[in-house]
Amino acid sequence: MAADFGQFFLNSLPDLLSGLGNTLLLTFISVIAGFLLGIVLALGRVYGNKIVNGLCVGYIELIRGTPLLVQLFIIYFGLPSVGIIFTPIQAALLGLSINSGAYQAEYLRGAIQSVESGQMNAARSLGMNKLQSIQHVILPQALRISIPAWSNEFIYLLQYSSIAYVIQVSELTAEGKFIAAQTFRYLEVFAMIAVIYLMLTIVSSEIIDRIAKRLSIPGIGAAKRLSLRDI
Amino acid sequence: MLEVKNIYKSYGDVHILNGVSFTMKKDETKVIIGPSGTGKSTLLRCINQLSPPDKGQVWLNGKEITDPKSNINKMREKIGFVFQDFNLFNHLTALRNVSIGLEKVKKIEKDEARKRAMQELTRVGLEAQAAQYPAQLSGGQKQRVGIARALAMDPDLILFDEPTSALDPELIGDVLDVMKSLCGKVAMLVVTHEMGFARNVADEIIFMEGGVIVEQGSPKEMFSNAKMARTREFLGRIGALYGDEEGG
Repeated sequence: MAADFGQFFLNSLPDLLSGLGNTLLLTFISVIAGFLLGIVLALGRVYGNKIVNGLCVGYIELIRGTPLLVQLFIIYFGLPSVGIIFTPIQAALLGLSINSGAYQAEYLRGAIQSVESGQMNAARSLGMNKLQSIQHVILPQALRISIPAWSNEFIYLLQYSSIAYVIQVSELTAEGKFIAAQTFRYLEVFAMIAVIYLMLTIVSSEIIDRIAKRLSIPGIGAAKRLSLRDI
Repeated sequence: MLEVKNIYKSYGDVHILNGVSFTMKKDETKVIIGPSGTGKSTLLRCINQLSPPDKGQVWLNGKEITDPKSNINKMREKIGFVFQDFNLFNHLTALRNVSIGLEKVKKIEKDEARKRAMQELTRVGLEAQAAQYPAQLSGGQKQRVGIARALAMDPDLILFDEPTSALDPELIGDVLDVMKSLCGKVAMLVVTHEMGFARNVADEIIFMEGGVIVEQGSPKEMFSNAKMARTREFLGRIGALYGDEEGG
């Protein structure tokens, strides 16, 4: 049985790895595209006028108020009827980025608003315009604050990219389903896939954690860790 | 050099400033005193337009700051601001806090900007702390970095908003010493309760209450011969509280 599983594992590996490639592609592109979209939306919400703010709120509420699955179906199965056709991977990248952007916007908005208002006053007092103040003073601090929430978003995307299999993207879960359907060894296949997701999650959290420590502001990072220990 | 004309400011129904006017000459030091909630800090914020006044004008070197057409960012380069709670940029070292204005606003090349920032830090006695972050500095050190940050822009005027109010008593002296060393080199408008500083350093003391200037005059006139009963009462009370000896 053990030897048999070893052989089965080795046979499945190439297909699983090719699926894994797509999973990583979906995760990285969507998290980065969602981040860029999220920054624009968050800045629009915090610093925009009524109209800009309204548009951003509308977008965020629309996306967060509808299931990712429905969004993917609209993009992949719905849009062709108005002449817009995407390949499965394009549709999945678009859907995940649009979705992640809305969630990241809210994380980033919270982080921007948690930077003390005195920081903006100090920047403006030096003669910086609003954009310079945001770029050089507010965002460098807000982005550091948002790293823990952002780490959640990364892990979330890593796992929820599996939903792309419903629009025929051959990512990790889809490949597993294909192998299992042919061999009927559902338990082994999905156990292997679960372990792969778990390892990816552990490794990526560790990497993000190290980045956060590297970027932490001396004096403040230490105080935070101390206060956590005090609790 | 600075001309403040008939400034009014209210927040909702609360009238903070009710027509404040005064002038300052080049390199002059003026101290504003008065009870809390009297609009002293609001006045400073109206001068550099952090909170633009509802009515009235502010003129700096013959240019109207309050004119909506004026380039407020350009004007603010000439007006330093030192905050009660420091507001150092938390993510930058002391040196970068001082150099960032030179780099990003004055567009001075990085090495030159940092060299100049180092000179300002040396001027406030903090060259050894250049690489430290705000969270690693004491309150007095933070405020001296705040002053160096304002000085680096080579302003005509520095506004000090209760610069020592957030400090432990034993750290106040260092900050006041730095401020004294600037006397006559740059115009300073200082909101403070430090009566020793007001008496020994100010060219003129402005006493504000209820959003207006009650009385103004030289320290000698104000401390020994104030015309208004209210001024005498306030100075007597604050003198007992903070001491009116130098650095007290």
